Amino acid sequence: MEDIINAQNLTKTFGSFTAVNNVSFNVPKGEIFAFLGPNGAGKTTTIKMLTTLLRPTAGTIRLNGIDAIANPEKARKTFGIVFQDPSLDDELTAMENMEFHAVLYKVPKRELKERVAKFLNFVELWDRRNDLVKTFSGGMKRRLEIARGLLHKPEILFLDEPTQGLDPQTRNKIWEYLQNLNKETKITVFFTTHYMEEAQQIAQRIAIMDRGKIIEVGTAATLMEQTKTKSLEEAFLKLTGTAIRDEEASGIDKLRGHGRMWRS
Amino acid sequence: MSAIYILWKRELIRYFRSRARLVGSLGQPLLFLVALGFGLGPVFQKAGQGNYFQFLGPGVVCMGILFTGVFAGIQVIWDRQFGFLKETLVAPVSRFEIMFGKALGGATVAFLQGCFVLVLSMIFGFRVQNILMIPLALAAMFLIALFFTGLGISIASVLEDMQGFQLIMNFVVQPVFFLSGALFPLAGVVSALSVISSFDPLSYGVDAVRGSLTGVTHFGLVTDFAVLIILSSLVLAIGSYLFSKVEA
Repeated sequence: MEDIINAQNLTKTFGSFTAVNNVSFNVPKGEIFAFLGPNGAGKTTTIKMLTTLLRPTAGTIRLNGIDAIANPEKARKTFGIVFQDPSLDDELTAMENMEFHAVLYKVPKRELKERVAKFLNFVELWDRRNDLVKTFSGGMKRRLEIARGLLHKPEILFLDEPTQGLDPQTRNKIWEYLQNLNKETKITVFFTTHYMEEAQQIAQRIAIMDRGKIIEVGTAATLMEQTKTKSLEEAFLKLTGTAIRDEEASGIDKLRGHGRMWRS
Repeated sequence: MSAIYILWKRELIRYFRSRARLVGSLGQPLLFLVALGFGLGPVFQKAGQGNYFQFLGPGVVCMGILFTGVFAGIQVIWDRQFGFLKETLVAPVSRFEIMFGKALGGATVAFLQGCFVLVLSMIFGFRVQNILMIPLALAAMFLIALFFTGLGISIASVLEDMQGFQLIMNFVVQPVFFLSGALFPLAGVVSALSVISSFDPLSYGVDAVRGSLTGVTHFGLVTDFAVLIILSSLVLAIGSYLFSKVEA
């Protein structure tokens, strides 16, 4: 099968700091693929490059056959994204947030109503469609973001730490939606996480990332086999070491820090 | 086109939804009308300049537009902090469309604010000289709104957070307002101030609105409109360049 995501030699540096260092991987169409790594490993920076929000210092990205660096606007139509931090307009209703997205992605007018209804029902938020998003809980916001990310029927769905800070019930529900969707529509799902059990249960293949590099790629079973360990967690620790990472500022934050220093 | 429309619509929904902001932003113009209008009015009259409300009205209208416009533009920083900016930046829409939609939306809001203040100042006794000139005044008001919203967006594109906001208010917005001839006639001020005021974009805005509504101008309406049109186009060009450099 053809690869729907193809990244070659991706590198991103911020000043003297290398956030992502010569990373290559590919994801076949219809796969659920996970990036697993400790904080500050470069997962978010990688996802930002894949989704055209950051320009790589070096390397190539092809999404659904489109060169995402040369042709970002075209590439953007082929994926949906759920960011690590909320990206909804709190002052608008769920419906208005959906409509805003639909218009930006040029969803045909006659399909709009039906699709919004379908996806809001899918994440069980149809009854709350006319409520302001600021009245929503964290889990509801995340579900709305997933519905929104699917509205333009993307080929790929990127999710950056989609279940962080959510209770197990909501996490479970979210993965249930996504796995069903993956089965039905063959949508490719690319997510980052640092929950082992999530990567193990949900993802068909896992890339373990640390200090800006991909250390291993494989199924949970092959990763355990390679490291001669009994659980993914042990395999992960064997591959990335056991030292605690104090969460470092991301590359962008570092850059902003420099900017601020000059300005103030 | 539809992207510009939906971004414009969002600004309007947010504006009308926040009643507190709507009413609250009329407070400052009201204060200026009451305090300066009644406070300085008699002095103005004694100096032989006529009814001060007739002079102050357009100035306060422009003040309303200035503050609302810059504020609407600067909201890009909030959008960034609350994450919503990413949703627009990752959409298959050009940066220019995003910037232009936001600028049009903010400008519409600031323009409406100016209209409310105009009605307010009429309650205090401001009178339009020639009703046929009202469309010209409205056009000037919209250009002012567009310029300052564009300026706000340009500033917000370079600032990372709200820490610089106070700086902008004190060193850009306040001087632009106080040095513009909104509150006092530019004719006869010391030459240093006169030079400074001639570099202040709002001077031409106030003059255009005042000229169309009351028939009294300092620079002349042709100069006023030429300056407003050139500056608005320039700021939109600069704004879309700066906005295109924004990274999420």
